[in-house]
Amino acid sequence: MGSYLLLAWTWARASAQYRTSFAVSIVSSFAINALDAVAIGIVFLHVTTLGGFSLREVMFLYGTGGVAFAVADTLFGNIERLSQHIKAGTFDTMLIRPVSPFVQMAADGFGAHRIGRLAQAVIVLSLALPVVPWSRAWMVPLMILTGVVIFTAVFTLGAALQFLLVDAPEIANAFTYGGVTLTQYPLSVYGDQLVRAVTFIVPLAFVNWQPALYVLDRPDPLGLPAWFRFAAPLAALLLAGCAALAWRAGIRRYRSTGS
Amino acid sequence: MIETISLGRDFKVRGTLVPAVRDLSFRVGAGEFVGCLGPNGAGKSTTIKMLTGILTPTHGRALVAGLDPTRQRKALARRIGVVFGQRTTLWWDLPLRDSFELVRLLYKVDRNRFRQRLAELTEVLELAPFLRTPVRQLSLGQRMRGDITAALLHDPEVLVLDEPTIGLDVVAKAEVRSFLARLNAERGTTVLLTTHDLGDIERLCRRVLLIDHGRLAFDGSVAELRALVPGQESIEDVVAHLYLSSTPAAPRTPRRTPDADPPTVTA
Repeated sequence: MGSYLLLAWTWARASAQYRTSFAVSIVSSFAINALDAVAIGIVFLHVTTLGGFSLREVMFLYGTGGVAFAVADTLFGNIERLSQHIKAGTFDTMLIRPVSPFVQMAADGFGAHRIGRLAQAVIVLSLALPVVPWSRAWMVPLMILTGVVIFTAVFTLGAALQFLLVDAPEIANAFTYGGVTLTQYPLSVYGDQLVRAVTFIVPLAFVNWQPALYVLDRPDPLGLPAWFRFAAPLAALLLAGCAALAWRAGIRRYRSTGS
Repeated sequence: MIETISLGRDFKVRGTLVPAVRDLSFRVGAGEFVGCLGPNGAGKSTTIKMLTGILTPTHGRALVAGLDPTRQRKALARRIGVVFGQRTTLWWDLPLRDSFELVRLLYKVDRNRFRQRLAELTEVLELAPFLRTPVRQLSLGQRMRGDITAALLHDPEVLVLDEPTIGLDVVAKAEVRSFLARLNAERGTTVLLTTHDLGDIERLCRRVLLIDHGRLAFDGSVAELRALVPGQESIEDVVAHLYLSSTPAAPRTPRRTPDADPPTVTA
């Protein structure tokens, strides 16, 4: 934890050395993500509900999923650049320091530009909050926390895969960025098979969908038992455990580079 | 200080297992200065990487400073220093001084000890003129001196260097060599380095390990290495002869068994 903050601070200072690039990246990251949110507004110009959910409710799903992803991405998202570090040989230098290579990877290249996405998601979520009944508001911080754990675990699994597929990091990215896009809409707009897959295999449904069914007091379109709505922390812990094992297995199989 | 027992590492290349290092057994005592020679692709770097915890061995085991490099990697990192000639461990965009400060914090070096050690190293390696320069603007010789400093700030018992003099000019090479010799003589730091530069071997190493086709092909003093190929004037010719005559099937003799007495140290 201390090492993470230290490294992140150092990287933020280093990245601030390139001021123009820093300003451009923070503005462009905010703008790209804002366009993403505008797309939802455009959809609702043509329909009044999406998968049975109103605009505010969809914004609630988008905002909770978005904030969870943005926090995970800001803190740990850099782990997905593992294959670049393996190829450049810089991962070797992380392994000779007395700090976990996971922490070093996560903090590597940390810059304030990572916050652009977070700002956008927080705005959308705050606009959606009036839809949350006061008595069920306690679930909101909990679901964001479990969402952060789930996305971090997905990032880590993707990175662990890169130990094997050094030349195909895109396969791993498909899960993380595909994952966040999936959580931005009510899962009821997708096919049943996909919903089952993201409930039982990669438990993205627990990032916001299942807890949101509780917060918004909706029946589950798939008819899954009601306790699933409270199972998100369990799913997050299971996934995090798998991710930690996969990461360790990846380090053991690490091949380094030629020289 | 360093011990390997039948150490080996296989790599899977297009479905078949290829051994990069096999059955490597040797022992390096505290305070020794050992050079590791071998043709490109012989397994020197793979060996170094197993000793520093970067690569997990597929066979045998290693002990460095009494620790298992794979299982106790972080504990080992505090007790050894590692320098890669081909890449830096410094932070590219930060002034050299800031990289050192980070090393202090990551290795949890006491502030006073750090200040004292950095002052010593700054003087001996003449770092003062470029301490505030970002690492990316340093010359290779300056960067290498910076890397060596970063590897020594936590006062390790063992220093491992992978091709530390590669690409350096004659003056920079001489500076690095004299520094390493002093470090070994005055502080008793155990040094293991790999190199293609036989000047490094002749001027620094009392003991040579020759690795070829992933095996230990020779372990002894520079004088013993010369004696392997009679009639050759320069050490370059001796080593070239050894590399050329090598075959993967038959490791050259004399090959010391791991249990044999340590070779005589020639000063």
